[in-house]
Amino acid sequence: MDQEEKSRPFVVSRRSFIQGAGAGVAGAAVLGGSAAVVAPEEAEAAPAALETQGPGPVKVTLQINGKRHTVEVEPRTTLVNVLRGVGKTPLAPDQVLTGAKIGCDRGSCGACTVLVDGKPVYSCLMLAVDAEGRKITTVEGLARGDRLTPIQRQMVEKDGYQCGYCTPGFIMSLTALLEENSKPTLEEVQMAVSGNTCRCGAYPRIFEAALAAAKKGA
Amino acid sequence: MPRKIKTVIVENGFEKEVEIEVPDGPPASWGDLNKLRILGKRNPRLEGPEKVTGRAKYASDIVLPGMLYGRYVTSAYPAATIKRIDLSPAERMPGVKAVLPIKEAGATVTFAGEPIAAIAAETPEIADDAIRAVKITYEPKRFVVNPDRALQPGAPLVRPDVAGNLSQTGQAKEGDVDAAFKSAYATIEGVYEAQTRLHCCLETHGHTVKWDGDKLTAWSSTQHIEGCRNDFGSLAGGPDKVRVICEHMGGGFGSKFGASLEGITAAKLAKAANAPVKLMLTRADEQYHNFRGPGARVHVKLAAAEDGTLLASDVVTFNNGGTGNASTRMDEGFFIIKPQTVRVKKQSVLTNTGGIAALRAPGHPQAAVIWDMALDQMAARLNIDPLDLRKKNHNDNVRVAEWDLGAKIIGWERRQRVPGSARGVVKRGIGMGSATWGGGGRQTADSTVIIGRDGSVISYCGVQDLGTGVRNYVSGIVAEELGLELDQVEARIGDTTYGKGHGSGGSTTTPSVAPAVKMAAVDARDKLTAAAAKLLKVKPEEIEIVPGGRFQVKGKSGKGISWKQLCRTLPEKGLKAYGLWNADLAASGVRGCNFAEVAVDTETGKVTILKVVGVQDCGVVLNRLQAESQMTGSIIQGIGTALLEHRHMDNLTGRMLNPNFEEYKLCGALEAGGVNITMDPPYRTLEPEEHGIVTVIFDNPTGKVSGIGEPAVVAVQAAIANAIYNAIGVHVAEQPATPDRVLAALARKNGATA
Repeated sequence: MDQEEKSRPFVVSRRSFIQGAGAGVAGAAVLGGSAAVVAPEEAEAAPAALETQGPGPVKVTLQINGKRHTVEVEPRTTLVNVLRGVGKTPLAPDQVLTGAKIGCDRGSCGACTVLVDGKPVYSCLMLAVDAEGRKITTVEGLARGDRLTPIQRQMVEKDGYQCGYCTPGFIMSLTALLEENSKPTLEEVQMAVSGNTCRCGAYPRIFEAALAAAKKGA
Repeated sequence: MPRKIKTVIVENGFEKEVEIEVPDGPPASWGDLNKLRILGKRNPRLEGPEKVTGRAKYASDIVLPGMLYGRYVTSAYPAATIKRIDLSPAERMPGVKAVLPIKEAGATVTFAGEPIAAIAAETPEIADDAIRAVKITYEPKRFVVNPDRALQPGAPLVRPDVAGNLSQTGQAKEGDVDAAFKSAYATIEGVYEAQTRLHCCLETHGHTVKWDGDKLTAWSSTQHIEGCRNDFGSLAGGPDKVRVICEHMGGGFGSKFGASLEGITAAKLAKAANAPVKLMLTRADEQYHNFRGPGARVHVKLAAAEDGTLLASDVVTFNNGGTGNASTRMDEGFFIIKPQTVRVKKQSVLTNTGGIAALRAPGHPQAAVIWDMALDQMAARLNIDPLDLRKKNHNDNVRVAEWDLGAKIIGWERRQRVPGSARGVVKRGIGMGSATWGGGGRQTADSTVIIGRDGSVISYCGVQDLGTGVRNYVSGIVAEELGLELDQVEARIGDTTYGKGHGSGGSTTTPSVAPAVKMAAVDARDKLTAAAAKLLKVKPEEIEIVPGGRFQVKGKSGKGISWKQLCRTLPEKGLKAYGLWNADLAASGVRGCNFAEVAVDTETGKVTILKVVGVQDCGVVLNRLQAESQMTGSIIQGIGTALLEHRHMDNLTGRMLNPNFEEYKLCGALEAGGVNITMDPPYRTLEPEEHGIVTVIFDNPTGKVSGIGEPAVVAVQAAIANAIYNAIGVHVAEQPATPDRVLAALARKNGATA
């Protein structure tokens, strides 16, 4: 018996489900993997007017770490991919920001966490076109020159990592926490990073770093 | 005279203990450890600022002009013959720059997710479209993904040459096991299962590859840059045409040796497209692909005398390695604690679930959890303290001291004297497990130190850092030797142009690399001492180095030369020092143990980690902070193994149901057991309500370095499994202890006693 199939019919990404459902808010609400990192749609205060874009590449202007960048990308391109240099006319090589990592590309590991209007967001679950007009902060935008932020300093001091691949995501989630709550408890720290995965298993030291950063004053 | 030492080598990604002959180098020593200024201290890692600012570059972060994105086209079937592959619809798509068959028509696939072809396109999105455009015609075959079904008569054969799907069978016997069972005071019998686990490196496998004519540069996410270089060399016409760079990598855990299929595929795509290619596996491809640590189901019968002496073990193993031959340490019929007689029948069961790769202490955590569960079962049967049972049958001084220390810290006295005897819905329990690991160093690394006229020092090593903190000792050993501070020596690693490359497997990196760095540092010190002696007109033996890098005549602080002054007298190119591995500086063979306290909710089956204590020896500690981090990471991975990590295979489709992180659950922040509790001697007992992770490096004065990354993970799952047993009075013999399995175990227990 011969059977012809598309090569991978069984892999349904969370993103393609959301796209397929056509209603991003509902999809995200059903599937949101983490209580701590808000789904991009929830970070939005007012619903944007419906507007058709694409399917070909469109111009998108993004405000990243205080600088405006215009790229040309397909509307389906995720924010993390644009930050990391993907697109028809991508970010210039010296402007590419690879601090936000791709670990799962479906909103469960948190390695791609960035701040959008101050809230931690999985940038693999947000389309770049939806980030237009928002204030995007990546891990590269935290330190002033060599001056690290308190949480960055404490992550170094306490050895809150091993391979470091998840570190930018943890730092963004903790930056948002400390911005909102300068004296978090251990439980609040744990909740804040419950949407971030560290396979090397540095959590106990990350908690230490966050609590120490809060103590030293953010 | 050459002599023989035991060490671990990595063969096809698998650690294997071998005896090697080493030439005698000059005598070497780490010196008086109490006088060390840098080594052994808790120094933050040098690359920290890069990692917390996003500046650290991983293979997946490399972006080159005109770079394409590579993706696999994978098999939808767990077993099939490929009748036709039509790549042309993909080829014709705008933005697709290269399409490459990996398998040809007529070839077979043996697991779902097996790569069949590859695409390189201008964006990952276009590559994904192209995957969907490829037309593959399969002739599906019967398959089996469940080891029990694989052993049934008439089961489809995973490999046509292996009858009954049983590969790698064997038997061994030591002593008269049957007589021992007959004379025994007590016997127990159980079937224990350690699960198959996925590596789940947060950075998936992959490389960014670029050709310049016939020269190839690869940025690789790898545990062995030199291995990658050799593999790529097969395409480039020799390793000398290849440069491999790995400044940082996002986790390997045993699965990232060599260029592998994805590296070779990236290089071929790059050649075909005449453009650089980045091929990082998608998460689903990563989870499906053939990288996983084998599971094992083991039938254990144990016999003991009334005083706890273990008289015999009778063991049958069923290892589950998918399409590969799997083994664990239970194939020896015991683990660490050896009965007087042993009989074992070992076998590896084949299934259509992909192959295996080394996974952090291959075969050890499985053996620990199985054997330690059986030991606690016997201790309960005999009504003796589980720690006493182990001591009765094992008398290694270091191990016993480690057990006692772990027991003291956790508060062993608070355990349930009778497993499951605690009252209430949420029951607490304390358990333990034991670890062992070979490790050791070998002559695979060299080190070069360049000292400039400006006083700069660069320490080069062709090794990669998996996140264990290699840079700190590549710098620190040199700084220590020359009287400098850590930040005065720059470590350069992660590039095949920096020297011989050691493969980071088997916890052999530090014992292989650190001695070479030490010998280079000694060479630098000797050369600088000679130069200083000449300038000061004394004999070299009269020179001493004081902190700050000042070379002076012994005891005469007024007669000397500062570091800057001395370096200014060096030749224009500076001074080059070189070192090779020295067997005096490295050791193999470490012990370790874990103790855990858990709370088990007997209504929901949920297990909460309250405390985990790790006690581990590793000889000379080069950086205490990072050694402790490796132990902490081991404990967290062990918690995930004990409670969460579970691959689900679908018997109907032969596919993995959870090739992701949502349903293949890793230990997260909420399961991690709380903060890190740093302890220094004298060690104290944790308060009953004090929760967290304690890592103690046991001071075993070998005077030599050993690795710590793998031994520290071995006994964590075992300790947690026994803590659960201590709490509820029944083992969750089929790991991991997910709530459904905890409840099922409780139901079995209650049914049996009702």
